[in-house]
Amino acid sequence: MTAHNMKLKLKIWRQKNKNAQGNMTDYHLEGVSPDMSFLEMIDLLNENLVKSGEDVVSFDHDCREGICGMCSMMINGEAHGPEKSTTTCQLHMRKFKDGDTIVIEPWRAKAFPVLKDLTVDRSAFDQIMSAGGYVTVNTGAACDANSILVSKVDADLAMDAAQCIGCGACVASCKNASAMLFVSAKVSQYSLLPQGKVEAPKRVQNMVAKMDQLGFGNCTNEAECEASCPKDITIENIARMNRDHLKAKLFSRPEIE
Amino acid sequence: MSLKLDSKIPDGPIQDKWNEHKFHLKIVNPANKRKYKILIVGTGLAGSSAAASLSEMGYQVEVFCIQDSPRRAHSIAAQGGINAAKNYTNEGDSVWRLFYDTIKGGDYRAREANVYRLASVANNIIDQCTAQGVPFAREYGGQLANRSFGGSQVQRTFYARGQTGQQLLLGAYSALMKQYGAHKVKIHARSEMVDLIVVDGKARGIIVRDVVTGEMSSHYGDAVVLGTGGYGNVFYLSTNAKGSNTSAIWRAYKKGAAFGNPCYTQIHPTCIPVSSGHQSKLTLMSESLRNDGRVWVPKKEHDNRSPEKISDEERDYYLERIYPSFGNLVPRDVASRNAKNQCDQKKGVGTTGLSVYLDFRDAIKRDGESAVRARYGNLFDMYERITDENPYKVPMRIYPAVHYTMGGLWVDYNLMSSIPGLYVIGEANFSDHGANRLGASALMQGLADGYFVLPNTIGDYLASNKFEKIDDKHPEFQKGLKDSQGRYKNFMEINGKHTVDDFHRALGKVMWDKVGMARNKEGLETAIKEIQKIKQDFWKDVKVTGSADGINSELEKAGRVADFIELGELMAKDALLREESCGGHFREEHQTPEGEAKRDDQKFSHVAAYEYQGDGQDPIRHTEQLKFENVKIAQRSYK
Repeated sequence: MTAHNMKLKLKIWRQKNKNAQGNMTDYHLEGVSPDMSFLEMIDLLNENLVKSGEDVVSFDHDCREGICGMCSMMINGEAHGPEKSTTTCQLHMRKFKDGDTIVIEPWRAKAFPVLKDLTVDRSAFDQIMSAGGYVTVNTGAACDANSILVSKVDADLAMDAAQCIGCGACVASCKNASAMLFVSAKVSQYSLLPQGKVEAPKRVQNMVAKMDQLGFGNCTNEAECEASCPKDITIENIARMNRDHLKAKLFSRPEIE
Repeated sequence: MSLKLDSKIPDGPIQDKWNEHKFHLKIVNPANKRKYKILIVGTGLAGSSAAASLSEMGYQVEVFCIQDSPRRAHSIAAQGGINAAKNYTNEGDSVWRLFYDTIKGGDYRAREANVYRLASVANNIIDQCTAQGVPFAREYGGQLANRSFGGSQVQRTFYARGQTGQQLLLGAYSALMKQYGAHKVKIHARSEMVDLIVVDGKARGIIVRDVVTGEMSSHYGDAVVLGTGGYGNVFYLSTNAKGSNTSAIWRAYKKGAAFGNPCYTQIHPTCIPVSSGHQSKLTLMSESLRNDGRVWVPKKEHDNRSPEKISDEERDYYLERIYPSFGNLVPRDVASRNAKNQCDQKKGVGTTGLSVYLDFRDAIKRDGESAVRARYGNLFDMYERITDENPYKVPMRIYPAVHYTMGGLWVDYNLMSSIPGLYVIGEANFSDHGANRLGASALMQGLADGYFVLPNTIGDYLASNKFEKIDDKHPEFQKGLKDSQGRYKNFMEINGKHTVDDFHRALGKVMWDKVGMARNKEGLETAIKEIQKIKQDFWKDVKVTGSADGINSELEKAGRVADFIELGELMAKDALLREESCGGHFREEHQTPEGEAKRDDQKFSHVAAYEYQGDGQDPIRHTEQLKFENVKIAQRSYK
């Protein structure tokens, strides 16, 4: 049974801003309850910091129910910490022991520069999305929903891929800082559905090109991304994207301007 | 000068109002649209869908959100589904029935014309989202699947597992990214609106704080649209995201936009109960769980045996008992109030006694564990992660939590607030849900406003008005910028003893205890005094550390909590003045002998809209009379 008043030693990355030099800082924290979420533990630390007149640890968070994709921490070297299929906000302190030392760092990737402490800039994901992560259909131009039939198997597979929350854990845990899992999830969702098929060759080429351009690395099949994904997006999507990409490069017609 | 509320509801039969109205609205011709700039604050379902649609039409659009990406807005967390009257299930559904259910669900405190329009564009939303590649649940033949939700007797809810909000938002976000990729939309992420700028009586821009650099800047345009969501976080603990706040609409209120029905709050019945004092937020379990889960408490008081030891005869399935025809699928306000009643009668379960069981034993026995897993797997996993209990083996424990606010800025039929050129969409406005929102209606309203209503109505305003050329040198912008900078500087300089969260928690406690699920005159009067005291203390004794020139979450929170405190007082005042019970607003003095909400249609069949009169002054309470020409007002019955 875990003690109801856990004492922890925290080693946290502190960095004042994008251009400043950062360093690991030690904190001792008492009064942690096993029922707290990991972020509530950081809240407690921050309230203590305010009371002692210090600047709080900056970290991204919002919904705190595992769906917005804001939270982003390397906890003891693992993206979102030790629990499988779980975002940092859904990780609870009962997974740790009284007296533990916990190392907390931001996502580490060239394409995700640190803004402050544990907060990083993930706008590169928006850039990739804007290169093709959509079906081109303007408001008002849709036909009756049931005129597009989708097999249940395809709809389920598309949904599996569409569950991606865009948190960036895949990038953070990849030694190449590759965004292949993120990109392939979106490419797969649309290539599995009839709505997305029309633009599929163009989409996959543009999104992959954008990803490369933004400084994300390539995939060397280590599957760290899949292991760290809080939404269980599988690397099957990467295989599908590679297949689509090759097919598009070989067979798609060049666009006539 | 006092404002006049004109709802601008068109004449004619309810079925024709919207089409007739659209025909009479002025249109900006395609070549002229690019001359107008529209500023949109908030990127949830309403904001993103409006931004994408308006940009597709050719307007210049600039979008602002506080998160690091538009995709993170809290619409993403909606679980259960979205309603539409497709009648794919052949159960006799129709636009009329969806309209009727929504009006009745709102306890006859919404505008008929708005709700009818909402019901009639709902089908277009499903079409639009499907065309975008939203992976809705499908039947084996490839058609869309439906399920039931509270307050309805037909299956009209479309869904994408337990992540419907996520998928719909990503659909709207994708449409926005399409426009962004084409350089037709400017996006300002990590940017917080801190004030509204009104020039010559028209909303012309906003003051924005860049939360990364701390810099304040002016942004100007021809119209401003607020899609900034609800204000449930006034209670501190709610199912809202931590960043969800009232500041955008509150700043607009203080600049003259009327605030409609601030006291209408939705307390959602199926949330994970509070476990400790350090809790930072509450987590909702989708209402869809009530399709298969049965709600019960022990018949005996203080019965702390473990649930499997309590036999069926010793259990009270109170919703099924009291409401035999709707059973576990009664609307949210009814389910929440009944849970509270059971706990008040000392029949609550769990260590705190503040929860009731939601039991899947019978569904698992009937359909098998794998069928239940397929329907609710992700919700069960989430429950287990938070509570450390396996809901396949022991019943879930649930308790009501603040979830949604039906109140918001008052808007006319065109979704324009009482400030010309200021539009308010989605949860941020007051319209469509009356005193209680039905499940799967929030997604419907957000997208209806953004995709189909606002894009039609905003053109009429732009085409009918002349806009003086302005820029950020205009004295109103200069003043706004200076005021906002001063306000934030002040937060840094107070240097008191208590954290922002200390004040937020104190406010939340007053709100939950006295302005929550059950309200009474004495409690509300006390609440107003207590909130005024919290406000005084806040401005004397708040402590914000760090610096104003960079990321500082404490400073951001200070700005939001200062606004929540003022809003809390207005909510309590509105609740005090509405001397009836309706939907989510329950006044203990006004109930039927069975304990149901008792409306007073003679005196309160109206919208209350408040006009700001200055700090410390009582606002003016305006009323907009509601007319019911198509549905017969009745005591709501779900028995």
